[in-house]
Formats: sequence, structure tokens, C-alpha cells
Amino acid sequence: MAYSDKVIDHYSNPRNVGTLDKSKKNVGTGLVGAPECGDVMRLQIEVDEITNTITDAKFKTFGCGSAIASSSLATEWLKGKTVDEALAIDNMEIVEELALPPVKIHCSVLAEDAIKSAINDYRVKNGMPALEEAKSHH
Amino acid sequence: MLKLPIYLDNNATTPLDPRVLEAMMPYLTEVFGNAASRNHPFGWAAEEAVDYSRDQIAALINCDPKEIIFTSGATESDNLGIKGVFEMYSQKGNHIITATTEHKAVLDTCKHIEKLGGRVTYLPVNSEGLISLEELEAAMTPQTILVTIMYGNNETGTIQPIREIAAIAHKHGALFMSDATQAVGKIPVDVIADGIDLMAFTAHKMYGPKGVGALYVRRKNPRVKVTAQMDGGGHERGMRSGTLNVPGIVGLGKACELARLEMVADTERLSKMRDRLERELLTLEESYVNGSREHRLPHVANISFTYVEGEGLMMGVKDLAVSSGSACTSASLEPSYVLKALGLSDDLAHSSLRFGLSRFTTDEQIDYAINHVKEAVTKLREMSPLWEMFKEGIDLSKIEWAEH
Repeated sequence: MAYSDKVIDHYSNPRNVGTLDKSKKNVGTGLVGAPECGDVMRLQIEVDEITNTITDAKFKTFGCGSAIASSSLATEWLKGKTVDEALAIDNMEIVEELALPPVKIHCSVLAEDAIKSAINDYRVKNGMPALEEAKSHH
Repeated sequence: MLKLPIYLDNNATTPLDPRVLEAMMPYLTEVFGNAASRNHPFGWAAEEAVDYSRDQIAALINCDPKEIIFTSGATESDNLGIKGVFEMYSQKGNHIITATTEHKAVLDTCKHIEKLGGRVTYLPVNSEGLISLEELEAAMTPQTILVTIMYGNNETGTIQPIREIAAIAHKHGALFMSDATQAVGKIPVDVIADGIDLMAFTAHKMYGPKGVGALYVRRKNPRVKVTAQMDGGGHERGMRSGTLNVPGIVGLGKACELARLEMVADTERLSKMRDRLERELLTLEESYVNGSREHRLPHVANISFTYVEGEGLMMGVKDLAVSSGSACTSASLEPSYVLKALGLSDDLAHSSLRFGLSRFTTDEQIDYAINHVKEAVTKLREMSPLWEMFKEGIDLSKIEWAEH
């Protein structure tokens, strides 16, 4: 399979690989996918509670190059965004940016799910109700 | 300078040995006759070359030159052997025994036999990839006409107990066939001593050209016959019609001759290199050899690296031409059925690499491969949430994974 230059770049030089302290109240963690499906993404955000802005984002991904690139790109986009702006990230934007082929669209879906899951974790930790998860992708 | 990528996928195919090409060249140019032309020297020269090739092959596998039926390759040989026996021996019975780890050329042919009304038993294998002789014996029935078990496995290199299998088949009056595609030319294969009645093999796995192979069909004790699967001029004692691929056949013969002369030296060199590669890669935590280490082809290593995803791993080892346990041509990943038959979980099957060394593999290439794989696995694990959880002592099987 031929990968786009951007996928190869993110795969070779992944941004923001790492782990945030999930015991902190302002850190939200999303863990999506399953090992037997061949993709597991963990995406974490650290939120400035005053400004509602994401100050840091980290990921770790078990998956193919497109999955790694999708999550790496997501962390890049998340930093500096407000939580509401982050919620608006659509998987098709990731598909476009990375030029993912149709068979790899599920990697972008997983990245979007990971973002929403991390935000929900942050919300629940801070006494806000969890958002309805968009199930249309599944 | 090392040329990249490095080819370590020699179970898929091997490069042509220059000496084989040299032997073939005249038959691609001036000696162009049809081996079946009996009336002029052009045909005689071609026939002579074909007969010489039969001698070279016979010397390698210890058979009579007349017992070689030339085909287009191992897939055709497997088809001809299995379908040909099924048709020829239909009066005697309709039961065939094989194993779950066979090549698709055998498994899909057996599926075809089932559609034709035949009965097929697929023997399981143990964690090393070996069939159980007790289970084979228990599966034998008076209707069993054929036992077909591969010599050495293409994915793991595991070598089956061929002589014992042959003895059980014969004890119950069945023929024994072996797909020896990966074994012929690599380890000593002796159809007499091994008790093989039919054997499929091909040139391009032993430094010969693609598009030519053979089916060994025993002529005495017992005399075996197969029904032709292609109708035509009645070539190859009526078992396989079609104008003979003379240059290919010359190449197969030369490849067999070289294999016979160089097998001891090649085996010693390759097994040393393979063992070094394996030993080094096993220094990575949580890496495992798939298949039997004791009963194995000398040039093959199949290793799984846990907590690393297969396709990501393949991308990480881009400087190596190797095979993975994933057949990921689409969004749905299909793990190797051979590795699954050994009891590997889907994710462990996905995260495996198969290394196949050749006569042309160098120590320098192996050094590079070792470092390249180590780097890729280490990097991907640092990126893997599963590896982190494993290191924290979390039991991954207890986690409820979000479906997607």
C-alpha cells in the first residue's frame, strides 16, 4: 500500500507521543479501539479550566501507519483549541489532511472517537454530563 | 554500500542463480525446438535437454528420471496430484487426509474435491505446527485413497515427520503425497527413503525460473497413476499435455544440480545466519518464534513481536522485503491461517515477520536486518498504549475494549 507523504511524515516523526497524568482532574483520557481489530488509540488532553483551552495533548497508538498518523495529527490540532472547538473536529478533515485512502477512513473515525472520548472523560471528571456520542460512524 | 531494500522473502520466491540463467540461455535463443518434434534435429536437441534435466532432478530427489512430470509450478503439481488421484482411484474410495496448515494450492484443491463429492479430513497441528501421528492413524479409513501433507511449511519452516506419515498411509493402503515446494533443494529429500508416492515442487523457490515445476509420480511399488487434468497431445506419459517449457525445464534441472552439489555448504551457512538473526531478535522482550525450532528448514525464521501492530511493523521495516502474518489488503485484517492453526491469537499472528534467507544473503544484510527490526519494534512499542499497559502489569485480556 502506498502511503501519502504526510502519513509517512507523522509515522516517522510522530508528534506528541506520550502520557499525561490521568489522575489529574484537568486531564481527560480516551482509549478507543481493540487489539483484535488491529487498532488501539489512547488520546489525552490537558485543559486549562479557566479558559477551557487545551494546553497539551498526547497520544499512544497501536496500529497501522494511518492510525498513528491520524492520532499524531489530532494531537497537533487539539493544542490551543478550546474544548468546544475540539469537539467540532470531524474525521473527514483528518482524511483530507492525510490523504487517507478509503480503506483507511476507519483510522480517522477512531481518532475522532478518541478526541470525543477524552473530552467526555474530562467533562465527567469535572462534574459535567457526558455528551451523547455520535454513533453514526459505527 | 548495502543495497536497500534487502530481500529476505525467499520463501515467496528466490532470485535466479546466474549459473541457471546461463544454462537456460541457449534454449531461449538458438535451441528453440519443440521437444515433441520427433522428425528433425531441432526437436531432438530439445528432447535431449529435457531428458538431461530429468536426470538432474532425479539425482536430487533419488527417483527414476521417468517419474518426473513437468508442470507450470507447484500449484499445478498440487492440483494434478490431488485431483488426478481422486479421479484415478475413485473405485477404491473418496477420502483424502490433509492438514490445516497446508498451502492454499492444496487446501483449495481439497475444497474442490469436497464439491465433487469427496470427503476430506483436515488434521489440526500442535503449537509447533506438527500434525499428530495418532490423529492421522485414527483418521484413516478403508476409503482413504490419499494422505497429502507438506514437507516443510512456507510460513514457519516446520518440517513434518514425513517418513512416519508415509508409513501410516501405506499401512492403510493409501498413497502418500507431499507438497515439498519449500523443502526440495533446501534439505535432503529422498522419495525412496521417505516413502513418497507423489511430490510437488517448483523451480523458483530454489534459484530457478518461475513458471516451471514438477510432480514426481512413483512408477513402481506401487505404480501410481493420475488422471490428466488438461487434455491435449498426451505429453508427459499422458498425465500432463502441453508443449514442454524447455528453457524453464533446463533451468529447473540446473537448479536441482546446484542444490545437490551445494546443499551441505548452503545449509551450514544459512542456518548459522538464521540462528544469529533469531537469537538477536529474541533479545527483544516479548518476542516469540513461531513453529518448531527443532524440526525446521534451515533458512526460515518466523517471529512474533507482541504489542506491535503488523501493518505498522511492516511500515517500520521498510528497508526489508519480508512477509508478515497479516494479509491486510483491505480494512478487514486477515491474520495468517497457518499461525492461527498453531494457536496464536489474532494480534500475535498479525505482529509476526517471516524471514526467508537465500544462497545470496550476506552477513552484512543480516546485521542490517537485526538493527532495523530492533529499532522499529522498540519505536513502535514506545508508541503503543498496549505496551505501556503491559509494562504497568495490566492484564489486557481483562479490559473491556470499546467496539468500533
